[in-house]
Amino acid sequence: MSNEDIKTIISELLPNASFEEGGEWLNIGIEAADWKDAAQKLRNCETFPFNFLFCLTCVDWKTHFTMVYHLRSTTTLDNIVVKVKLDREKPEILTVSDIWRGAELFEREVYDLFGVIFLEHPDLRRLLLTDDWVGYPLRKDYEDPINMIKL
Amino acid sequence: MVEEIGKTAEGDLIINVGPQHPATHGVLHLVITLNGETIKKVEPHLGYIHRSIEKMCESLTYRQFIYTTSRMDYLSAHINNHACALTVEKGLGVEIPARAQVIRVLMDELTRIASHELWWGAMAMDLGAFTPFFYAFRERETINDIMEETCGARLTMNYMVPGGVMIDLHPNFQTRVKNFLKLYKQKIHEYDEVVTGNIIFQNRMKGVGYLSKEAAISYGVTGPAARGSGVSCDVRKLYPYEIYNQLDFQEVLETEGDSFARYMVRLREMNESIKIIEQLIDNIPEGDFQAKTKAVLKLPKGEFYQRVETARGELGVYIVSEGGTTPYRIKFRSPGFSNLSCLDHITRGGKIGDLIASMGTLDLVIPDIDR
Repeated sequence: MSNEDIKTIISELLPNASFEEGGEWLNIGIEAADWKDAAQKLRNCETFPFNFLFCLTCVDWKTHFTMVYHLRSTTTLDNIVVKVKLDREKPEILTVSDIWRGAELFEREVYDLFGVIFLEHPDLRRLLLTDDWVGYPLRKDYEDPINMIKL
Repeated sequence: MVEEIGKTAEGDLIINVGPQHPATHGVLHLVITLNGETIKKVEPHLGYIHRSIEKMCESLTYRQFIYTTSRMDYLSAHINNHACALTVEKGLGVEIPARAQVIRVLMDELTRIASHELWWGAMAMDLGAFTPFFYAFRERETINDIMEETCGARLTMNYMVPGGVMIDLHPNFQTRVKNFLKLYKQKIHEYDEVVTGNIIFQNRMKGVGYLSKEAAISYGVTGPAARGSGVSCDVRKLYPYEIYNQLDFQEVLETEGDSFARYMVRLREMNESIKIIEQLIDNIPEGDFQAKTKAVLKLPKGEFYQRVETARGELGVYIVSEGGTTPYRIKFRSPGFSNLSCLDHITRGGKIGDLIASMGTLDLVIPDIDR
């Protein structure tokens, strides 16, 4: 299905969403407060249930964070990208690990490296770094004179 | 290697498996809650080999960062490099020559076979048999020798670069690959005789570590692990890249969802890879092995995502570019990371003795998970 068709169906499903085209896949912008509800709707969408969360990550834009969710429907093979803007001072968003179980580890990784708090996450702890690590390494303002090698 | 670290309030035992344990093939640390011999919970503790490759890549140029990816899933280094090269090419809009495309696919499939060979040997060793390891390495060494001759390295090849491949094939390449094909066909029946048909192995693998189709999708499991549960997820078929859409091969699917199904998927996949190599080895087109690209690569502002099928599943490379010579943000969606997330699900309620069989057929490579 073309991005245009996906856009028509999703704009009916999520009236508050904003769209951005031009990339390979349709980009959907959603407010952080609406995300959980929107995720539920996308997962249970009748035309294309987006049941496969294949990538979950975060980008630090210095002024704000963007959570990036890559979704695929295993029945129609359509892909979409959902972006949620977060406040950099207080990055909080509801977890989707109950909708896509694979999100649990992804969210722990993002918490570990970006410091985004996933509300209602079943087990939000550091994943890759040690528990006593200070700071969030993938933030753009992170400095570590010992462990970081700059070229 | 396995030590008791405490007890829960209900009297369940908590034990450590790893980080130094022969069956975890690296430094995976599992904290397991046990009730007698029954597993109540498996909790992976990661990060023992975390190098923050994603952060490193942010200060490396588009030519340099590819080299770090050989160190992620070191058993399919070629395919990791391939994914990165494809992403950069997608950003640059470069068409790569036909010869380079065929070389890339040939190398990918050789890597896939070598990786599955190592998995097969190690898997059998995890279950207590030593001989298969030597059987597997007999064939795997041949592939590594072929790689060494052309790429100069046996594991971290760094052979694929944006625009094509780094150097042309070694003159011996075709002969040696044909010799390998001959050897493989003579020997592959031994794999079935030694392991697949062995009743002890079958009893240890059948019905163990059951993963349903729905769970596989929900956990984001890809690769042979998901195909053992009947999830069609072969990127080479679903979203073909390079020349995979012109090749004749099957996506291997099993529906049982247990360890034995995942085992069979990998064994049958090796035969499919052989089929692909046979189609291409006599048809390598003449011409350039690399497209002309600028010395300093600059990706336009935007986001680029490319996925490929590694030996373990779907590897995604997500590059956010600000128009400079280095990526602004890069994310590797590694197959091992997602496959690991279902480990607790498939082993819970089973016996601790079956843990290794379940984990072995997920084919985890730890640097790929930790990155």
